[in-house]
Amino acid sequence: MANTAALTGINGLRDIRRSPAYHLTEALAAGSVPGKVVLNEGPFQTMAGVRVDPRSEAGSRIAAVTGGLPAHCGEVTGTDSISVLWLGPSEFMAVAPEAAHDSLGGNLIGSLMEALGDAPGQVVDLSANRTTFELSGPRARAVLEKGCALDLHPRSFTPGTALTTEVGNIPVVLQKTAENSFRLFPRASFAEFLGRWLLDAMREYASPEVP
Amino acid sequence: MLLISCPNCGPRDETEFHYGGQAHVPYPENPNALNDKEWAQFLFYRDNTKGIFAERWLHSTGCRQWFNMLRDTLTYDIQAIYPMGTPRPDVTVPAAAESGTASTAADSTTTGDSAPSISASSIAPAATPASATAPKGATK
Ligand SMILES: [Zn+2]
Repeated sequence: MANTAALTGINGLRDIRRSPAYHLTEALAAGSVPGKVVLNEGPFQTMAGVRVDPRSEAGSRIAAVTGGLPAHCGEVTGTDSISVLWLGPSEFMAVAPEAAHDSLGGNLIGSLMEALGDAPGQVVDLSANRTTFELSGPRARAVLEKGCALDLHPRSFTPGTALTTEVGNIPVVLQKTAENSFRLFPRASFAEFLGRWLLDAMREYASPEVP
Repeated sequence: MLLISCPNCGPRDETEFHYGGQAHVPYPENPNALNDKEWAQFLFYRDNTKGIFAERWLHSTGCRQWFNMLRDTLTYDIQAIYPMGTPRPDVTVPAAAESGTASTAADSTTTGDSAPSISASSIAPAATPASATAPKGATK
């Protein structure tokens, strides 16, 4: 009986769960300028922090689950449903849709833990650690460039890569998903600040362009 | 602002890094054998080199890995970047560097080639980073 109660509890909790920038939903919609730059908070994603030596046997086992492990800074590997971002030579972040979480019928965390086994390293469920901002549009790069020191020009920052950096002084993982689409992964407690910072940086594009 | 070439991530702003003090300070082989003065020397006493200095840096907002750097404390010129646990590389100072007054003589810090074995990169770099040198003019 206790087990049944726990399961319904998980499902009940899902309904009342609020994302870190949930209270900004309307502001994000109001601050977006369709056709120029659009910002919204992504759905809850399943994220796992993985630390393993990629050259070890355990590394190969984990790579088999995630569709490879990135070998160097910027590289993103994975499958249709999982992205693995490079955080360090032996540190990775696996990102998957919400339904991949074990509490919602998926098995990403469990299968990663199983793949690691007793080998040195760790697999930690970090799904609540970061939230996802999705910034897209032809002006998205210009918005980011106001607060990011990296070279974001397409010749150097190409779609399908991700870099750990700072945007608006907030540490984020910045993933480029398409030519004009970015994902920012700030830690939850920075979501409000970064959300408002991005809105501020986007504001000028709501006005007519001054030639 | 220094532009520091992280061995893992490439050139990044200095603000992404943290300074870790003098490099190549070996942990005493037998700490119990030290008297208080010697222990204090190990803990607190560091060189204050004018010229090329070997120091540790952490790429704290990037790959979170430690590495060593040879930096000229006078000109901020980054001479070499090399992995933890490797000995200090020989850097021949170009004559134009005007390092006439800066002592580049080997000091006590150059003898210890044993970096702490707990270096974060001990299980890491897939591609062994060769001694990456900062791009010319990157340090101004
Ligand atoms: Zn780095």
